[in-house]
Amino acid sequence: MSARLLVAAIGTIGCVAIAMAQSPAGSQSSKEPATFGIGRPATQAEIAALDIDVGADGVGLPPGKGTAAEGATIYAARCAGCHGKTGKEGPNDALVGRIPNDDFPFARDPRAPKTIGSYWPYATTVFDYIRRAMPPDKPGSLKDDEVYNLTAFLLAQNDLIAQDAVVDATSLPKVKMPARDKFKPDTRAERKK
Amino acid sequence: MKVSRRDLLAGAAGVVAAGAAGAAQSQDAPADPSKVRGRPSRALGQRAAAEKPQRQPRGATSSGTPHQDLYGTITPSDLHFERHHGGVPEIDPKNYSLLVHGMVERPTIFTLADLKRFPSVSRVHFLECSGNFGGRGTATDLTPQQIAGLTSTSEWTGVALATLFREVGVRPQAKWFLAEGGDAALLTRSIPVSKAFDDALIAYGQNGEAIRPEQGYPARLFLPGWEGNSNVKWLRRIELSDRPFMTREETSKYTEPMADGSARMFSFLMDARSLITYPSYPITLTRGWVEINGIAWTGSGKIARVDVSTDGGATWTAAKLQEPVLPKAHTRFRHLWNWTGGDAVIMSRAADETGYVQPTRETLIKSRGVSGVGYHINPVTGWRVRQDGTVIYNAEPWA
Repeated sequence: MSARLLVAAIGTIGCVAIAMAQSPAGSQSSKEPATFGIGRPATQAEIAALDIDVGADGVGLPPGKGTAAEGATIYAARCAGCHGKTGKEGPNDALVGRIPNDDFPFARDPRAPKTIGSYWPYATTVFDYIRRAMPPDKPGSLKDDEVYNLTAFLLAQNDLIAQDAVVDATSLPKVKMPARDKFKPDTRAERKK
Repeated sequence: MKVSRRDLLAGAAGVVAAGAAGAAQSQDAPADPSKVRGRPSRALGQRAAAEKPQRQPRGATSSGTPHQDLYGTITPSDLHFERHHGGVPEIDPKNYSLLVHGMVERPTIFTLADLKRFPSVSRVHFLECSGNFGGRGTATDLTPQQIAGLTSTSEWTGVALATLFREVGVRPQAKWFLAEGGDAALLTRSIPVSKAFDDALIAYGQNGEAIRPEQGYPARLFLPGWEGNSNVKWLRRIELSDRPFMTREETSKYTEPMADGSARMFSFLMDARSLITYPSYPITLTRGWVEINGIAWTGSGKIARVDVSTDGGATWTAAKLQEPVLPKAHTRFRHLWNWTGGDAVIMSRAADETGYVQPTRETLIKSRGVSGVGYHINPVTGWRVRQDGTVIYNAEPWA
């Protein structure tokens, strides 16, 4: 057998093998396997580095604490430029302000400001959002204690906690928010089924 | 290949024209193009010089699709609307990774290459910002782009989120997952796990190429038919949980005050809507046959019908739907109208396969109040054609 014939014969054998489900090079399937074995295990350290979310029950709140007095200084330096001197003036979102009797007039009055005190249902969200996204010129730069201080300042400005209250992982989830019970899950999808 | 001097000259002319932004090229178009050798091939195509569709930025955080300049149903990727909360991040795809953890058997990190190794799917879907309504006031000089520019349709390619969730072994008690972006806002939304096992994707492809930076490059969550904000872009982390996380975006934003004094939250579904894109402001109409056409879409399956009125809503006629009608995708509708020169208000009204009919402004106000800030505002809208042929937005002030 010449070298050329030998190559041709091996080629033929190869084709036959590929046509079968099982070949030396692998197997075929029309169904997805239970797992593909793609990706690599995440270590606890890798998870901890990214897992900064805070739940409405306070799960995820870090150690540390803050007060309104401390927060006032940080607020003036880092936040007042966008949210106003007292948190009401803007130009960006108004953060401070209650509505008389904690009314919820937002569907009928487009001018009613949706502040932390009038509209936000959970105090924990204040901490979570400041820590992840504020201030916009240096997001994620605030230390946990600074975030606690700012959270305390904003909650006190809204008369949701006492001016001298200490905000920490235990106290923050317990802050009662006026709008807490106003929020209802959407039922449109269920109605359609 | 032999390159002639003429080829080189033509090539150089092409480079000059491309460099001198569109307009110059248009002015330089020869009177008889058939008597001048055209430019040679090039590595990257571009629009004809006379065509200048543009997104219209509103502030620094959004820009709308120019529906009045488009045909069919697919939005060119560079005209897909954008909305972001911390700017558009620059992400090196080599450094990209997605962490999936929480209530899973195997917390896992996937690189972009890992995501692309999984079986892929491609589907045509619209994406719409739930704040997509710009016709609330008294202004009549509004284009389709200004009324509803924050919806676009693309073919999206990626890995089914169900595939990824099987890979990490999502535990049965996990009912929600947090999706977190890698932008400066670290934008987060809580999503029901059931959506993952329905039709959610991790998308890395858009209209045949990598998704655009504004759309979440290199990978985003895509939830067909659900409000834009929940389709978290630049996706870096997914955490499975037995409850929602109550993030800022799903509490203080993207919730709807209702007339009954409550606020609706987790209102993901985008309801049916339609928009006449021709004729529309600012064109001037000529008497005779007009093909009224536009787009309709719904987050609940397919558009079933679009009715068109040319008498301000007194009578309605079913428009033709361009096939194929795809679920959760823009659908083009067309309706022939012989305009004889009188005043007319033309309107469209979409209905989807669940029986849902696009509501009137009055119906929406009844359930939602007159609140000036609103998400999920999808009323029947129209255009006023005046005797001189000018077309203006048929304003119906909201409050």
